[in-house]
Amino acid sequence: MDVNTDLAMWSNQLIISAMIVYAFAMIFYAFDLFGSRELKTAKTEVASPAKASAVRRTNRKTATTAVLDRPGDDESEAPVEKSRGNRRRGARIGTSLLVLAVLLHASAVLTRALSVSRVPWGNMMEYVLTATTITVIVYLVVLTKKDVRYLGTFVSGGVLLCLGLAITVFYTPAAKLIPALDSYWIAIHVPIAILSTSLLYISAILAVFQILKSVYETKNPKWLRFMHRLPASDDLERSSYTIAAVGFITWTFTLIAGAIWAEVAWSRYWGWDTKEIWTFVVWVIYAAYLHARATRGWSKTKVAVLNIIGIASVIFNFTVVNVYFNGLHSYSGLD
Amino acid sequence: MAEKTKSASQKPQVTQPQLGFFGMCRWAWTQLTTMRVALILLLVLALAAIPGSLLPQRIQDPGRVNTFLENNGAWGTFLDTIQMFDVYSSVWFSAIYLLLMISLVGCIIPRTKQHWKAMRSAPPKAPRRLGRMPGYAAFTSATGEADTREDADQVFLDRAEARLKKSGYRINRRDDHVAAERGYLRETGNLVFHVALLMATLTMAIGSLFGYEGQRILVEGETFSNSLVSYDSFTPGSYYDADNLPDFRLKLDSFSSSFDDQAAGNQFGQPRSFDAKVTTNSEGKTESHTLEVNKPVRINGVGVYLTGNGYAPEVTVRDAQGNVVQSGPQVFIPDGGDGGYTSEGVIKVPDSAGTQMGFVGVFLPTATQNDKGELVSSFAELRNPYLVMSGYTGDLGLDDGVPQSVYSLDADKMTEMTDDSGNPLIIQLAEGETQDLPGGGSVTFDGVKKYIAVDISQDPTQALMLISAILVLAGLGLSLFIPRRRVWVRIKDGNAEVAALARGEDPMVGRAVSDLVKDLRDPDPAEGQDEGDVER
Ligand code: HEM
Repeated sequence: MDVNTDLAMWSNQLIISAMIVYAFAMIFYAFDLFGSRELKTAKTEVASPAKASAVRRTNRKTATTAVLDRPGDDESEAPVEKSRGNRRRGARIGTSLLVLAVLLHASAVLTRALSVSRVPWGNMMEYVLTATTITVIVYLVVLTKKDVRYLGTFVSGGVLLCLGLAITVFYTPAAKLIPALDSYWIAIHVPIAILSTSLLYISAILAVFQILKSVYETKNPKWLRFMHRLPASDDLERSSYTIAAVGFITWTFTLIAGAIWAEVAWSRYWGWDTKEIWTFVVWVIYAAYLHARATRGWSKTKVAVLNIIGIASVIFNFTVVNVYFNGLHSYSGLD
Repeated sequence: MAEKTKSASQKPQVTQPQLGFFGMCRWAWTQLTTMRVALILLLVLALAAIPGSLLPQRIQDPGRVNTFLENNGAWGTFLDTIQMFDVYSSVWFSAIYLLLMISLVGCIIPRTKQHWKAMRSAPPKAPRRLGRMPGYAAFTSATGEADTREDADQVFLDRAEARLKKSGYRINRRDDHVAAERGYLRETGNLVFHVALLMATLTMAIGSLFGYEGQRILVEGETFSNSLVSYDSFTPGSYYDADNLPDFRLKLDSFSSSFDDQAAGNQFGQPRSFDAKVTTNSEGKTESHTLEVNKPVRINGVGVYLTGNGYAPEVTVRDAQGNVVQSGPQVFIPDGGDGGYTSEGVIKVPDSAGTQMGFVGVFLPTATQNDKGELVSSFAELRNPYLVMSGYTGDLGLDDGVPQSVYSLDADKMTEMTDDSGNPLIIQLAEGETQDLPGGGSVTFDGVKKYIAVDISQDPTQALMLISAILVLAGLGLSLFIPRRRVWVRIKDGNAEVAALARGEDPMVGRAVSDLVKDLRDPDPAEGQDEGDVER
């Protein structure tokens, strides 16, 4: 059946090249995040124009000290970042490399799709391939609004890990769809599921940073010194929440679209198939997360833990449930 | 929201010694309708849903439950007692979601009332100290062309009022300030969301009462007419009237399937298309359809879904006298273990002269010899169909009154046929071949037909479910993304203050204030003197 094996091979080559570039991006980002100690003593006298009028802040701004970024004081953040902007060469190189990598990566997805003339998410390998692309794109989009380069290490690292799994354990040769997946619902249900996964992943990294940052703010342990340049934990919490909220909506959509597809394919919209169960569990966990946030007596750290439990269940749903559990969702392509 | 919890916890705590029954109820109700308990119930619900994915469930596969019970002895029985194989209809699972629903009702009603009131009342007046608000700015406004300071202040407030109205705020004008509020849709959305959840749950419950679900296997050429006796299995909801099944007939004209013989690795042999040509007949109308995996045929409110397919070898059995005692297609079930559609089946021959006969065996669509010399099927299409069976004689046990599966043979009271040298007889037939049986009689493999398995079901509540789902999504969108905030603009002797308070998540409060300040400031920036940052 008309599968263009040349293109499929090209796709595999592109994955490998993208992985190499991701690896370098990760290294540069990691240097930026963990490495540059000397930044702590950077002089930041000529900061932003806003400073000129804010006389009462002068002494704080000009201080040459290790506690430059007073925890929780997000306003001092921006000018400081600006003044050492060119010093964050690691992060800038990281981002450039990430853009290059995602171009290679997207070409890999495209050539894979063209090789089989269909949407590129017919099995787990293709799902991972697309989900990782979307994750990087979501990250880059967020980056245009907010300096979240501190996430770079874990975006490129996570993507690298997933791609590694995609071409080994999840590897599936290019082929047409099985009839069970051959429906226009695949073009509705799956990409939104992928987008949700990407959003929830990024939200979860932010949640981890939020917890670390709040530890840093209260106890200030040595091993968390690199945290000093991250935004205040409240800021991280808000970003994490906003992204998770979008992710929750898209996940709700995934669930509903999945139920409609299930009706078309299996004669009922809900039948407690293992995949349906786990999609529901994930949904309820994130609903709880949103609730917890609005519930008094739940500390922000505890709420963030729920977010992390959420992403753990998403990952579980994708890996363990697909591969080991019996169910109707026979799309892993592994057996 | 948070306010609700506050008022709940501020209620006089139950310290009185004589609580009494009603007091207890009231206390339980108050607890149940707090956010904290709703949250705990949600978490418990997530946990409680998990075992159903780890253990086989009767609603999915009763066969696997039985196997599990057989293999696990007392442990299995224990799990069964606590309804671990019927998780989603179990007492404990139902209790959790019922509590959650009650809690939901208990939270929707007061919030709706409150919201109704809020929507009809004016935005509250400014608190005395605005400087505390998350968005705040102060600046001075010049007198401009107005005659007096007071007039200038009023002109300023007029401008503020117009500006806020334009941005969709509801206004409450006071002497020295404008109070404004926007984003009531946020709470409306949240309420719609929660009500729609309730609706969806109820719909699901009702749907299972008034619908039905059935299965049927159809061999090419067979016609199904929708009545109870035509079903291989039939599960009606408690209130479904099975005597009034919608009238229609459906004939399977032909079925074609194709499998991948090009792809590499594990994709080789994967199915690529299943197409069933069917003719339906209802109320005198005859129509042709192609029934496919993701394309059900809908007829008279009933859906017919293609859920499986396989091969039905046509086998003719003759007894010792040469009479045809069995003929026609026999449904063989693919065992799913390989990509070659190796299928298992049984042929029961109760009416032969002398003794009853039974055959058990496998059908191989594309028979090949593997490395060990065994016959296996290497591909799912019919390229070299082969039938391999063993035969039994004796009592099939059909008259015991115990219902039997047509797909398994109970050989307890039967003896296996043997060949001349006393070894178990192996009947091995290519298409068109005949093999004689040791005690006389013969088996002929005439050809192969295809069959499909269809689910046939009716659920009168699907439309309602879809509406609920859309409301869930819409409500959620509004509740998460419409910013709700209050804004106050106050001026006294030319000293203006602008403050904003977010109600719920609103990262833009600060922006809202600075934008407002930009618009309200006097056109000439030299006039006004900065007295503070635009945002604190
Ligand atoms: C007693 C029961 C319930 C109460 C008191 C309650 C209360 C609330 C409140 C006050 C909010 C607003 C939080 C905010 O604005 O951030 C909210 C949001 C939410 N509720 Fe409930 N709820 C209840 C039941 C449920 C149930 C059963 C679900 C479904 C699983 C649910 C799902 C959600 C979700 C997803 C949100 C997020 C929307 C948002 O944050 O605005 N709630 N709930």
